Parts: sequence; C-alpha cells; structure tokens
Amino acid sequence: MENWARFLEVNASRILELTIDHAVLVSLAIIVALLIGIPLGIYLTTNQYLADTVLQIASITLTIPSIALFGVMIPIFSLINQGIGFVPAFVALVLYSQLPIIRNTYTGIKNVNPEMRDAAIGMGMKTHQRLLRVEIPNALPVIMAGVRTAVVMNIGIAVIAAYIGAGGLGVLITQGISRNDNYLIISGSIAVAVLAIIADSILLLIQKRFTKKVLAN
Amino acid sequence: MISFKNVTKKYGEEITAIDDVDFTVEEGKIVVLLGPSGCGKTTLLRMVNRLESISEGEIIINGENSKDLDPIELRRKIGYVIQSNGLFPNMTIEENVMLVPDLLGWSKKDKRERFKYLMKLSGLDAEDYGKRFPHELSGGQQQRIGVVRALAADPPVMLMDEPFGALDPIIREKIQDEFLQIQREVKKTILFVSHDIDEAIKMADKIVLLRDGKVMQFDTPSEMLAHPKNEFVSQFFGKDRAIKSLSLHTVENLREIIGLGPVDETIQDTKTINVHQDLRNTLSMLMNQEADQVIVKDDHGENIGTITIDLVQKYLHFEIKGKISASQEG
Repeated sequence: MENWARFLEVNASRILELTIDHAVLVSLAIIVALLIGIPLGIYLTTNQYLADTVLQIASITLTIPSIALFGVMIPIFSLINQGIGFVPAFVALVLYSQLPIIRNTYTGIKNVNPEMRDAAIGMGMKTHQRLLRVEIPNALPVIMAGVRTAVVMNIGIAVIAAYIGAGGLGVLITQGISRNDNYLIISGSIAVAVLAIIADSILLLIQKRFTKKVLAN
Repeated sequence: MISFKNVTKKYGEEITAIDDVDFTVEEGKIVVLLGPSGCGKTTLLRMVNRLESISEGEIIINGENSKDLDPIELRRKIGYVIQSNGLFPNMTIEENVMLVPDLLGWSKKDKRERFKYLMKLSGLDAEDYGKRFPHELSGGQQQRIGVVRALAADPPVMLMDEPFGALDPIIREKIQDEFLQIQREVKKTILFVSHDIDEAIKMADKIVLLRDGKVMQFDTPSEMLAHPKNEFVSQFFGKDRAIKSLSLHTVENLREIIGLGPVDETIQDTKTINVHQDLRNTLSMLMNQEADQVIVKDDHGENIGTITIDLVQKYLHFEIKGKISASQEG
C-alpha cells in the first residue's frame, strides 16, 4: 500500500490529465458519430435497400481489429501530414461507433408499433412531426442503448490509440508494458474501467430523464 | 357527408380489392361497413382519409373530392379511431387528446377548454386523468380516450375501424351505449367498420354489407334483416335473424302495438325491466327467469304492465316474421 501511496503522490495529476484527454477524445468522437449515425439511421428507415447495405458495411467495419485500423490510417492521413496523433484516432473511433448507433436507431424506429404509426399518419401528422413526436421518443430507449454501447466500446478502443500517439490513458498502459511497471498498467486500467462505468451511468441517467416513465417499464 | 362514387381499388391488373362501391353516408348518420374478414371493409375506410389510394371513382367528403385535398389537411379534418386505440405511450392523456388541435396551432386556453369538454363526454375526470399516461388506464378507459381524441378538433367526419373490437363483451356494450349517447350530442358523420353483426345492428343507421370488395346490400338494419337481397345476406345474418332483429325493437314498441299484460300485484320477487329495454334482451331475461313474466317499469319507476314470452312471440309474428315471409313470397 505504501508503494501505491508513493506512486499516486507522484502520478496522480498525470493520471487525471490523461483521463481528461481520454474523455475528450471519446466525447468528441461520439458527438460526431451521433451527428452522422442518428440522422443516417432515421433516413435508412425509409430506404430498405440502402439500409441493408449500410448496416453490412458498418458491421464489417466493426470486425477490423483496432490496431490494424490505426495502422491503415497512418499512410492515409500522412497525405495531410496527420499520420499519427489525434486525427486518425478520432476518425477510427467515429467509424467504430457507427454500427451500434445506426443499427439501434434504425431498429428502434422500425420497431415502433405499426398501429401507433398508423394512428399518427391517420391523424394528419407530417413525416417530421411523426418522427419527432412519436417514433423517436418511443425508440429512445433502443437508440440510447446503442449510444451507451458505442461509448463504452470507444473508451476501450481509445486505449489502443496511444500506440499512434493520440494520448489518453493508453499511454500509462503502453508505458507500463514497455517499462515492466505494474503500477502504471494497473492504474491505467482501473482509470479506463472507472471512466467507462461513469460514462455509462451518466448516459443511463440522461436516458431515464428523457424517457417518460411508461417507456422505462 | 361522405359519398362513394363507383370507387374501385386494384392491386395490379389481377386483384380487385374494392369493386365499384357506391353509397352515401348522410350528414350526422352512422354507416357500418360489415362483412367477413378480407371483404375490404378496412381498406374502404382507409381510402377515405387516403391511407389507401383510390384506383377508380371518387370519394366526396362534404362536397370536396378527396383527391383534390392535401392529405395532411384532409386527415386533420377527419377523426380516426382504430381498434388498438393507437394512443401514444410517450404522451400524457391530455397531450394525446389534444394532439390534432396542437398540430392545428390552437391556443393553450382553447385546448384546455376543449380537453375539459371532451373528458366530460368521456365520463373521465379531466384533472385526474389528464396527467396520466395511457398504460395507467384500463383497456376500456383507453378506448374512451381514443374516441374523444378523434373528436378533439371537432371534425365533421369520423372513421372508426373496429373501435371496440378489442374490448371484452361487457365493457364493449357499455362503451357502445356511451358512444351512441355522445353521438346524439355531437352528431358526426361516421363510417364505422365492424365484423360483429350485433354491433352493426346496434350502431348503424345504415349497414353496407360487403363481400370480396362488392356491396351485397346497403340498407337500414331492420330492412336488411327483414328483406335480405340475396342468399349471401340472409346467410350472413343467420337463421336467427328474426331474433337478432328483436334488438331493434323495444318493450315500448310492443306496448304500442299489442299492449302489455296486466300487473298482478300478488306476484312478488319477479324481475323488472325498463320500458326502453330492447326485446332481444327482454326475451333472454324471460327465458332465464323461472317466473314466466317480468314487470315493466316506465322511466319514473311505475309498474305499467307485464311481459311474457307469449307476448314477445306474438309481436315477433306480427311485426317481424310477417315482414320476412312477405318478402320471401314477394
């Protein structure tokens, strides 16, 4: 325990700093992923052919190992002098979050009770009114489940991004491995886990806040 | 008023779902679309608010051809009730009921007043139920809300697609009665889909009996029971159509035509019925009772006579069977 106390005394501020870096990287990627994924998921509900194609591409993206994807990105982003660092890590995280976000948005809206949709159309709602007032609110738990999956997954994947110099908590773990320093590895891992738990809990709170009680059942 | 003028719906070249349908729902009347499943009754209903397209012919709603109207505007002017009530679970009862007025941009005050009025019609307390969510209501209450929601923006025309079909028989009858009560006040022009013969006889001013998208007969319930136009109609209403038609007549009708039996004050413990009770229920009561008569009371609770199975039979013979046999001979 004394060793831990000494370790934290020296490294606490650095761990905190890296945690913040990590959270910023993941948050920015998720925000952009939401801006792309949710409208795309909603649009796909109106186009069955495109939906199948896009969901397959998104599924394939997810099967690419993260380290390989980072590797592929280096030469591509080198063209604009951003081969390593924040940009390729950010792009990779956006890509990885697409599948859960698009698929859950699509499925959530598709699975809204067809009679409810029929009533909405029959009452004279326009398409956007139906989406905003009926379909999205009723699909929200499913959409939020996708967002939570994407966030937790990205917090894990962002650890690997340390290898391409994107910073974050992965730095502690990679350094710990190369220096054979268990304190670094353990503190980095725990910080990642705690970050994931906190992020998921916050999203769950947001979900409950915006989902009227009936849907929580 | 809703007029169907030679309305036809085809899927491709082969399948004709609706075949040259021609009838009119008069202002303030209820027309029930009746028929076996797959006869096209729901399709025909949904053609009115353009949830289904029309292949040939036209539907005129209060003087305007539905084809010339913007579908969104059209739908907001037509009340629409579906079987599973279609309430939105993410909205409170008040938000659900006031949805169309909200889409039409009514003021908060107008909406509030209208909501209170509608809830009074539905028999549910506006303050208590307004803030609740649909799942917190019973099936019957949800369906009442479904009906008043369709009335929200005071549309002249209402479409009801088996609105009471999902309810259990006891609640269904109660809500049918309540709805007829509401209709007496609001006098909407209503097109109503049902597969339940008893419901159709009870609710309809006129019935459209459909088979395979064709109109078999368009008539008042009593005409249809007394003078079925063809084999299908008489089979559809069944061999017991004489008994069914009893539900169109009340004890009062019988009293006017052949008179009630005298009140025997010595008989105790026998059941009583109101003079406005229909004869079909009266007959069931008589057959379930051990006593061979029930006492008829008027609206003030005064005994005005007794009724027996013999009297109902006599009435049936004169009023109903007479008409049926006349039609068969003619």
